Amino acid sequence: MIIRKLTILSAIISLFTVSAATAGTLDTVKGQGFFNCGVSQGVPGFSNPDSDGNWSGIDVDVCRAVSAAIFGTPDNVKYVPLTAKERFTALQSGEIDVLSRNTTWTLSRDAQIGLEFAGVNFYDGQGFMVRSDSGITSAMELDGASVCTNLGTTTELNMADFFRANGMSYEPVVFEKADEVVNAYDEGRCDTYTTDKSGLAAQRTKLADPDAHVVLPETISKEPLGPVVREGDGDWADIVRWSLNAMIEAEEFGLDKGSASSTCATTGNPVVARLCGKEGGNGAALNLGDSWSFDIISQVGNYGDIYEANVGASTPVGLARAGSPNASYKNGGVLYAPPAR
Amino acid sequence: MQDRNLSLSNILFNRSIQGIFYQIVTLGLVILAIIYIVDNTARNMVARGLASGFHFLGVEAQFDIQMTLIEYSPTSTYFDSFIVGLLNTLLVAGLGIFVATIVGFAVGIARLSPNWLIAKLAEAYIEILRNIPLLLQIFFWYFAVLRALPKPKQSLEFADSFFLNNRGLFIPDPVFGEGGVLILYSFIAAILISIGIAVWSKQRQNKTGQTFPVFYSSIGLLISFVFLSMLATGFPVTFDYPELKGFNFKGGIKLIPELVALTFALSMYTASFIAEVVRAGIQAVSLGQTEAARSLGLNPNQILRLVIIPQALRVIVPPLTNQYLNLTKNSSLAAAIAYPDLVLVFAGTALMQTGQAIEIIGMVMGVYLFLSLMTSIIMNLFNRFMRVAER
Repeated sequence: MIIRKLTILSAIISLFTVSAATAGTLDTVKGQGFFNCGVSQGVPGFSNPDSDGNWSGIDVDVCRAVSAAIFGTPDNVKYVPLTAKERFTALQSGEIDVLSRNTTWTLSRDAQIGLEFAGVNFYDGQGFMVRSDSGITSAMELDGASVCTNLGTTTELNMADFFRANGMSYEPVVFEKADEVVNAYDEGRCDTYTTDKSGLAAQRTKLADPDAHVVLPETISKEPLGPVVREGDGDWADIVRWSLNAMIEAEEFGLDKGSASSTCATTGNPVVARLCGKEGGNGAALNLGDSWSFDIISQVGNYGDIYEANVGASTPVGLARAGSPNASYKNGGVLYAPPAR
Repeated sequence: MQDRNLSLSNILFNRSIQGIFYQIVTLGLVILAIIYIVDNTARNMVARGLASGFHFLGVEAQFDIQMTLIEYSPTSTYFDSFIVGLLNTLLVAGLGIFVATIVGFAVGIARLSPNWLIAKLAEAYIEILRNIPLLLQIFFWYFAVLRALPKPKQSLEFADSFFLNNRGLFIPDPVFGEGGVLILYSFIAAILISIGIAVWSKQRQNKTGQTFPVFYSSIGLLISFVFLSMLATGFPVTFDYPELKGFNFKGGIKLIPELVALTFALSMYTASFIAEVVRAGIQAVSLGQTEAARSLGLNPNQILRLVIIPQALRVIVPPLTNQYLNLTKNSSLAAAIAYPDLVLVFAGTALMQTGQAIEIIGMVMGVYLFLSLMTSIIMNLFNRFMRVAER
């Protein structure tokens, strides 16, 4: 009798152990009506909340594009602010479904820690910011400097490489959160603040006197930043990848947020017609509605729209697009989307 | 009748057999739950393409650390970075415990002072510091200290050899030349002789009742031995002085502001708790003990040292152990102000670069558990040693 009881008990328990398999992310997301998007704790122009808690930025717009593609509205996103240190664990553990938090695409992250990069939404490089009155004009003059930066980024490795390659010494002062780095640099703890140049431009707006600081000309690394998803769910990765690609291709073919509706009504160009969801069956291939890319373009915008609105020359971040790698390949940049067909 | 006792129903309804049965079932369930969690984690890690195992410990870490007590460079391994972080944690915890104990005992005794001003100042200190969150205090000391200190080029200096600025405190580094070893030997010899004197004076006191000034004679021995040996070897100690070069001072010993701020915040915060523990311990010794000691003709110093403190320590040591454990664990807040402790270096940068959260967090938890258990063991041994023999 005891043995029989134990047998039944162990059978019940073994039932629990088999049900470890998980459903696809897209089905789960459609079922719950929203998805979780990991963003920064506040980097102006990339992902930054306003006083009402509404998020905006070029990274946020990637999340909004994915929401528009799935739900037809850009607002079915729950934003989860994360430190650089927390971000990958949050994605691995399923706390978030997309990580869009100025994250650099590297080999070890792609291959070793269970991540899949879905593309590049901003081409960046690491630079140094110093006080104008220090008289420093080049990163090669930084021998012996105290360098402030934050934890858990490629920045730490790049600066170690840079100083080692040039035979210079330095003192790394590494903080967990970006705000504390800015604070400590502002208080004079460090001679220079290093992170991606876009990050420097964004964080500079938080300094007590932004005009008293200059970004040095050297760029010491390649930092392709882009959205990331969990490895092992190819369908979900495809949706994120092509939401981004659709925005880039829309710009290339002159389809923008303001004129999307009118252009789509009259177009005779088959590429534009596919982006408008009138031809080609792209939606079915991604398990989405046919209007997925039209919804992205008409509600979030094309790549040019989101760039100029968030980080362009007219914004406080003020990163001119012309001449940078983020310009379209037709204008001498490296922004190039595979064809959406 | 005999065989009815052995029948099946009797076994089933026997209280003690039922008790054993349920315990076995509970144990089995716990084991199965653990197996389930481990198995599920392993499967999920494989499904998500996560690396596992401890191979990463032998790989080059490729990042720098601000303060290292051992030789370390970007070509060192992740295991080296683990050791660096561990030593930095031990350093700040050790310094913190040392300072917190001294300040805590002083404030705790001051709280009981018959002097109104001293007692109220001690009370204000305790109530303010123990009621403000530690993280805020760490930020306060760090940013307050940074703001108050000058830039390297306008350093506060003392005797051309001590410099204080917002990059840290720079002090001369003693370099021992030829004969330096002799000074160390004479220092050790002085300590050994002092211990010998202490043992001898105790025995003599037990036999004859006569006392000997052990403390002062030991201090005298230490100073005279070291001085004489230095005289004999012709002062072989030279100093490596810090010098302003480029951005900052080079040479000498450097104390980074992060270490100073963290030690200060941790020890001041914990001292406020220790002060209350000490006050409670002293008040737990009944006034009759003091009166009895006085009537035996002991002076106030002897009453405190021989009667009050040994009895108060019985009450003080167990909660004091708690405070030491708290301080060690609270030192993990270091990451907030860039002090490169175990959490910042290993559970931070190394975790980010390798992505092996389970292994690394497991190691870090193991370290804190080990440190806490070791502290407990040492304090329990001390407690047993200090316990008043009850007859």
